[in-house]
Amino acid sequence: MSGVPIGAQVTIENLTVAYERHPALHHIGGCFAAGSLTAIVGPNGAGKSTLIKAIAGVLRPSGGRIERGSAGPGHIAYLPQQSEIERSFPISVLDTVLLGHWRRIGWRHGVTPQEAAAATAALAAVGLGHFEDRPISTLSAGQFQRVLFARLILQDAPLILLDEPFTALDARTTHDLLHLVENWHREGRTIIAVLHDFDQVRAHFPQTLLLAREVVAWGPTPEVMSAVSLAAARHMAEAWDEDAHACAVAEAMS
Amino acid sequence: MILYDWLIQPFIEFGFMRRALVGAIALGLGCGPIGTFLVLRRMSLMGDAMSHAVLPGAAIGFLIGGLSLPAMSLGGLVAGLVVALLSGIVTRLTPLREDASFAAFYLISLALGVLIVSTHGSNVDLLHVLFGTILAVDNPALLLVASISTVTLVALALAYRPLVLECFDPGFLRSVGTGGGGIHALFLTLVVLNLVAGFQALGTLMAVGLMMLPAAAARFWAREVWSLAAISAGLACLSGYVGLLGSYYLDLPSGPSIILTAGAFYALSVLFGRRDSIRSRYLVRRHLAA
Repeated sequence: MSGVPIGAQVTIENLTVAYERHPALHHIGGCFAAGSLTAIVGPNGAGKSTLIKAIAGVLRPSGGRIERGSAGPGHIAYLPQQSEIERSFPISVLDTVLLGHWRRIGWRHGVTPQEAAAATAALAAVGLGHFEDRPISTLSAGQFQRVLFARLILQDAPLILLDEPFTALDARTTHDLLHLVENWHREGRTIIAVLHDFDQVRAHFPQTLLLAREVVAWGPTPEVMSAVSLAAARHMAEAWDEDAHACAVAEAMS
Repeated sequence: MILYDWLIQPFIEFGFMRRALVGAIALGLGCGPIGTFLVLRRMSLMGDAMSHAVLPGAAIGFLIGGLSLPAMSLGGLVAGLVVALLSGIVTRLTPLREDASFAAFYLISLALGVLIVSTHGSNVDLLHVLFGTILAVDNPALLLVASISTVTLVALALAYRPLVLECFDPGFLRSVGTGGGGIHALFLTLVVLNLVAGFQALGTLMAVGLMMLPAAAARFWAREVWSLAAISAGLACLSGYVGLLGSYYLDLPSGPSIILTAGAFYALSVLFGRRDSIRSRYLVRRHLAA
């Protein structure tokens, strides 16, 4: 990959994201430091995926701002939770991984030998050497997730967003992919991941954001994962009120 | 040499057969790859809907200009694009899914088309618009069909990569900062253009047949996008040729003959194709060791 990347700092100011005016995220604020490795945890419906999507730029905020620093358009590597990927699509593993070069190849540029070699190396790094010519329809769920991680490697982005990347994977695949995440962290990239496995978070993620539509706790993992704040999060998530009033909290002064 | 004569003699002897053949081949070259993308995008039935949507435009063109190629083509093009645009807008702004909004607009469009033709023309005219006459294709019509397939192939070549990506992984295309909306619009425009090219020869009802049948058949022979498109185009052209021969010797109407030939290729592919066909599924060879 190209030199030492500089992780992007992501600053969130008074962010609200709503579905049909009901906020899934309500006046969130805070900062993911450059080069940090953060887990987002919280109960279902807490707005974890919503936050990741807003940072990735695929959801538009109803209020507030997100500053992405060096991670401009095309410089964010985003792995959605349930990707809309057509698993039966007639495309090879290598071509799928090569899409990670999109920022450089775009619509019309050919793939250089170096770029092809990088793709092969990325496949080897995720444990799928010699899978280049296989159609993706023949892969298992775990192998396919490895392919998507290989594509993330090629994207070489300063900001990496992972939405439940290890759900439904076996222990060995999870272990291998976590190892990749730790590599990215060492390289100085900013990584934000939505996770459900608390043991995994405690073991591998230095920073944690506990979310329940609002920020319950945000900081070093041991402090955030205390019993008190987890209980508070469970309490706060369930709040869809059909007849809710318009929110009166002031929008950002920006 | 008798077989040889039999296979090419009609095209040597009759100008209208030659023009029909050239028209069918030009049509097949454009429609085959377009059909492939329709199948990959799970929009097979949308092609059908669009072909109906073209009707009122062609009918209005027919009312204004009589049986004139430019008027009917332009009308069809405009009607198809309007339906595509309106359903696109409804899909974006409301929770209604694309297939439902397309169905709504094409049904309105179809009813409007039949209304116009039946109140202002004879039933013969309606049949003409619905079923086309490839044997009556003249030089301007040939030029139009050839131009459309040229534009189609060039546009597909230029937008191939985002088009494939938009079928395969639209979320990724969005996340790297390229909106899929423009690509989708370009693709729909190409679909409408090819339907307009097709309805001269095959009529609005069957134009889509030369898109869908070869593309669906190709699925049983190849497993890369480019080879699917190539086989689909080849099958479409071959259907045109065999269908014309059939219509000449058996004295059948040319449009249905071409589409039925494509249908026969499809059936053969389903039964005997190299990949995932019924034969390969049920005449199982011993599985490999790894």
